Amino acid sequence: MASVAPEVEKKEEEEQVVNPWEVSAGKGGIDYDKLVDQFGCQRLDAALIDRIARLTGRPPHRFLRRGLFFAHRDLNEILDIYEKGDKFYLYTGRGPSSEALHLGHLVPFMFTKYLQDAFKVPLVIQLTDDEKFLWKNLTVEESKRLARENAKDIIACGFDVERTFIFSDFNFVGGAFYENMVKVARCVTYNKVVGIFGFTPEDHIGKISFPPVQAVPSFPSSFPKHFSGNDQLRCLIPCAIDQDPYFRMTRDVAPRIGYQKPALIESRFFPALQGENTKMSASDPNSAIYVTDSTKDIKTKVNKYAFSGGQDSVELHRKLGANLEVDVSIKYLNFFLEDDDELERIKKAYKEGRMLTGEVKQLLVTVLSEMVERHKRARARVTEEMVDAFMAVRPLPNMFG
Amino acid sequence: MGRTKEELLARLEELKIDFKRHDHPVVLTVEDQAKHVGNFGGALTKNLLLKDKKHRLYIVSALADTKVDMKILSQRLGLGKGGVRMAPEENLRQVLQQVPLGCVTPFALFNESASAVSLLLDQGLKSKQSCYFHPLTNDVTIALSSSNLDKFLLSIGKQPAYVDLEASPVVGKDNPPDLADLVPSGAFCSSEESVENPTPKDAPQVNVPKEKTCLPEVKAKPKVQNKGAESSESKVLTNNGPNVEIFASDVLEVIFPLFLSEASKKLNIKQEELTQILKLDDFKRRAAPDLESVTNMFKNMAYTAGFHAGFDTMLKSGLGGMPSRK
Repeated sequence: MASVAPEVEKKEEEEQVVNPWEVSAGKGGIDYDKLVDQFGCQRLDAALIDRIARLTGRPPHRFLRRGLFFAHRDLNEILDIYEKGDKFYLYTGRGPSSEALHLGHLVPFMFTKYLQDAFKVPLVIQLTDDEKFLWKNLTVEESKRLARENAKDIIACGFDVERTFIFSDFNFVGGAFYENMVKVARCVTYNKVVGIFGFTPEDHIGKISFPPVQAVPSFPSSFPKHFSGNDQLRCLIPCAIDQDPYFRMTRDVAPRIGYQKPALIESRFFPALQGENTKMSASDPNSAIYVTDSTKDIKTKVNKYAFSGGQDSVELHRKLGANLEVDVSIKYLNFFLEDDDELERIKKAYKEGRMLTGEVKQLLVTVLSEMVERHKRARARVTEEMVDAFMAVRPLPNMFG
Repeated sequence: MGRTKEELLARLEELKIDFKRHDHPVVLTVEDQAKHVGNFGGALTKNLLLKDKKHRLYIVSALADTKVDMKILSQRLGLGKGGVRMAPEENLRQVLQQVPLGCVTPFALFNESASAVSLLLDQGLKSKQSCYFHPLTNDVTIALSSSNLDKFLLSIGKQPAYVDLEASPVVGKDNPPDLADLVPSGAFCSSEESVENPTPKDAPQVNVPKEKTCLPEVKAKPKVQNKGAESSESKVLTNNGPNVEIFASDVLEVIFPLFLSEASKKLNIKQEELTQILKLDDFKRRAAPDLESVTNMFKNMAYTAGFHAGFDTMLKSGLGGMPSRK
């Protein structure tokens, strides 16, 4: 969903900047508390996580336990609805800008899969191939091709085909979906959209008219064949917090056109291997672990590039311990090591200098390799016919089962 | 989602069914329940949730004193010897929805998710003025007569089936299993008419139980007296489509005992010792992500094949491509 455009947040005192096209931190990394305040969303507290666990009858996902998905809008209302026996649906998406996905891209999909399994609700996944065409120097054919390629990796994440619909904008926009786009467009002035997304007079009109495309999957009437007659069905959107501006706009418009506001559940950013303040970029393959990396690649990348919070020498390290705040391996383990107790033990030992950076990295390589191998195995099973099936506008009779 | 006790009691009142309500602290066993209501004159009942090899569920509701022999019951149902066992706690959660552990009750059938559960009522219940049951929660007990229970069951479309649970008729070639009719007929809601005509009543269950895995701190013992065979943890296969988590769990439960048995033979360690060291839950936790991923892809492949076959059938043969059921 993200792309690149000049940011517009006031840069008063070298503030952090967070919007769909730019994320940059001030000194010391992103201040999430400030961000939550600034955006006006809510924090996900322990009580809410407990409630999720109770309602779904299973332990909460580690991304919730570890505070990686940490903010929300109206999640309480969704849970109230669910508790009463009513349903909702999930909406997430991806801007297919490159063939290679890295682990940071997988994070929202892994969490969305958990939500789908835990709540047993349908999911729509939007591939914004038109957005990539508008923002990048791609042909329409290339954008469409990338969308299908990315769909394969998304399918490999393990979504339930009986309740998942994947669509690409070039294929799907039209009909009721387009009607909603135009309804949204009529409610947002040029000034507003410049304010939210930072467009300039030099930007072409394709960019300026794009935002409604990403807004309307939040409304069930955009999918008449799937949710026919169920216009008030609520939508929950798992995404990274930089997408919040998009959905603030959507939530503002929704009541004005007679629709329900989408709810959001938002995550922190996934750090680049070189550290929190650096950007993961497709042009630097060493900034992230890709789902196509071999175990050897992973080992090399982690050992060479993962920023270490450990000390420079073994003696110093045993004495002072590691700085967990900046250590990237620990941050990655936080995301991907399932066992809470084991993670605590490692953090403690590393902080107190009893465990060395090399040992932590070795464990990380094992964890990541397992994950990437699993993904590769699944990805190898995805055929063009399977992509067709996921992207077909077909009945989903069991979607609320 | 599940029905609450309030909804149940409201329905009983709507139906003008007489019952007495006793509130008490949460009880998990018949003994505990007896401590609070034993002196009020009603008859205590024990309620078992049983499961057969085809994952069909049964609630057996009997007087606390009635002897329930699982082997005989299994034969009378036509499931052979040892065909039923105590259902694991996951089924309790799943099928009986918000009914907490230790709270099996005939009233669980109020939940749509329990529509395929077969209810066997002890004949002995008819002989008591009133019997004690939990109304979907184990901090309340209600006392009502069996005829009032029948009234409720009929109102939700269930035919009450009373059985002499202590009888042990010989089942053989000349004596067919006498309770075979009480085995749930799988895909369709249990109909009120006889079993030969399973026309699908409404659409296949829409409100299916949520498949739940055990929460880490599962502790309460179900309110039972009979020790069933070792409970396998496989879940109910609802007709809501193939469920990857359930399948993966079933597979691991098949593999793990075989693995233990092999390991015990080859390493010359007693199997009981091995089970102390190697735990099914740990094994499941480690194996689940990979197995579920592989299973999900298999399901996708099957679905894809079916989807394309259906699409092509429509293209080439139109509606005539589908066989008629008449």
